[in-house]
Amino acid sequence: MAKTVKKPVLSVKNLSVEIPTRQGILTPVDQLSFDIEQGKILGVVGESGAGKSMTGNAVIGLLDPPAHISGGEIRLKGKRIDNLEREALRKVRGKEIGMVFQDPLTSLNPLLPIGEQLTETILEHLPVNKNEAQERAIAALEEVGIPAAAQRINSYPHEFSGGMRQRVVIALALCAEPSLVIADEPTTALDVSVQAQIIALLKRLCRERGTAIMLITHDMGVIAETADEVAVMYAGRLAELGPVRNVLTSPTHPYTQGLMASTPLAAKGKKRLSQIPGAMPRLTDLPFGCAFHPRCPIAKDKCRSDPAPTIEAGGGKAACWYVNGEKS
Amino acid sequence: MANAFKDTVIRAWKSDFMWSFRRTPVAIASFVVALLLIMGAVLAPLIAPHNPFDPATLNLMNGFSAPMEPNQFTGETFWLGTDDQGRDVFSTILFGMRISLFVGFAAVAFAMTLGVTLGLIAGYVGGWVGALIMRIADVQLTFPGILVAMLIFGIAKGFTPIDQRDEMAIWVLIIAIGLSEWVQFARVVRGATMVEKNKEYVQAARLNGRRSAGIMLRHILPNVLGPVLVIATISLALAIIAEATLSFLGVGAPPTQPSLGTLIRIGQGFLFSGEWWIILFPSITLLALALSVNLLGDWLRDVLNPRLR
Repeated sequence: MAKTVKKPVLSVKNLSVEIPTRQGILTPVDQLSFDIEQGKILGVVGESGAGKSMTGNAVIGLLDPPAHISGGEIRLKGKRIDNLEREALRKVRGKEIGMVFQDPLTSLNPLLPIGEQLTETILEHLPVNKNEAQERAIAALEEVGIPAAAQRINSYPHEFSGGMRQRVVIALALCAEPSLVIADEPTTALDVSVQAQIIALLKRLCRERGTAIMLITHDMGVIAETADEVAVMYAGRLAELGPVRNVLTSPTHPYTQGLMASTPLAAKGKKRLSQIPGAMPRLTDLPFGCAFHPRCPIAKDKCRSDPAPTIEAGGGKAACWYVNGEKS
Repeated sequence: MANAFKDTVIRAWKSDFMWSFRRTPVAIASFVVALLLIMGAVLAPLIAPHNPFDPATLNLMNGFSAPMEPNQFTGETFWLGTDDQGRDVFSTILFGMRISLFVGFAAVAFAMTLGVTLGLIAGYVGGWVGALIMRIADVQLTFPGILVAMLIFGIAKGFTPIDQRDEMAIWVLIIAIGLSEWVQFARVVRGATMVEKNKEYVQAARLNGRRSAGIMLRHILPNVLGPVLVIATISLALAIIAEATLSFLGVGAPPTQPSLGTLIRIGQGFLFSGEWWIILFPSITLLALALSVNLLGDWLRDVLNPRLR
């Protein structure tokens, strides 16, 4: 393969989300940009409230009012989807974007057999008849590793264990053959051994089909195992974006550095884990300048007065005035 | 096919629901009483010894026969006696229950349809639409239900031609009682809908490109039906009582189609002149009907509410 410039499946440019509230306009997502290529997995990490899920919801167009996209653009396979009308969006998103939710207990309708939920989705998006849809549903369940899928297809969600249910959810997300899957903390509600299986499954299916994944999580271990690229978010802004190896081993943004130092995975051998002092600021009182400066070990005057620019660093991008401690 | 049916029956029998039913004597007893009364009403034309609404079979000489005593003029015996017109009280009760139950069921069905629809919309759409619906409900709750029913009944009566009033009375009654009871349904359904709509399977359905109406009907409605069933049962008892009250007050079922309430009103005139059976037996029937349905509703609420287990 020669150098081919692959068109990204999902391309987000300068995306901002605003929520008007009594305290003024909050921006849970601010000027966020990233691309996901076909078959690649982008991990989005950050603390609770960093804007990870908000970004995911913005991409699929399921922001709950009054939250709305206030700027930037979202392109799916080159086509803008952020300014589509409701009806057009309705057609695009289910077909092109699949979603795996956090809690498999509530992401399936408890009163419908799983087969029915699958065939319903397939019929909605693929030009097949009922029998074919049924066959596809069984095939999809077999693919995600549900034993005796043909018999289990008439079972209700409560007849499955949590891990099995999450497999069904993955089958549901993939059955319409989307080009992008958004997985919002898909393993948070599962126990550790099942987590590994689900992650491996998700990874394998997307490699095979060339589906791009946006994996939202706060678990660095999951990212290390799965993702090709990582986007680290802090207070709604992109802190660092780059290939997973670079970001995990030689982070350039001070926040990522702090994050890695406080992750057991990267801090092998150390007696005590270090921690980042303080807590993430609330959206209602973001500090002036760089949002991270009150907790940043290398913050200087410039950080307190001006928001940090996003610059090329360490094979990716980082939003910091002093990448690697040097003045840029 | 027959086997599948058998399996379903066995599964149903073994379910938690039936287990609880078998373990609750009150539920069994009230179910049997309610079933007997409903069967009696449904089969009234077959089992009633007389047709109380066919003047040709009535004999005024039979008037005021005491229960189980041969009439002093005709020698005929009536189980529960006769009223002033010589109508068999047992038969009038059976036919009266038909009206009472029909009005009860129809009113609840109407209230349920209206309340569930508005509750779903209020809960799912929210915003000013939901606020408007719920404020209407709140305002209506400040009036006693019976007053609302009488108001609607009175207005509707004013709009119907005099010669059709007796025919229309039953339908007006149904609408009046239904309109006075929809609020309960709307409130409960709205609350349950607001819980369900934030669950991820609803988000998934939205993502999937389903329209709001489809999501409400296919995904949310089945998931909020549990509490609706409980309210429907309790409302049935309330609707029967409301109908009886309206009829007792003389604004409900006309004397040509007497319901239990009408019978009680007729009997009330003879309460102090010694003919106690004319009012007593319809009253007991009404009591048994309302009580058994209410007890069933109570049991249903306990079974379907996981928090009370």
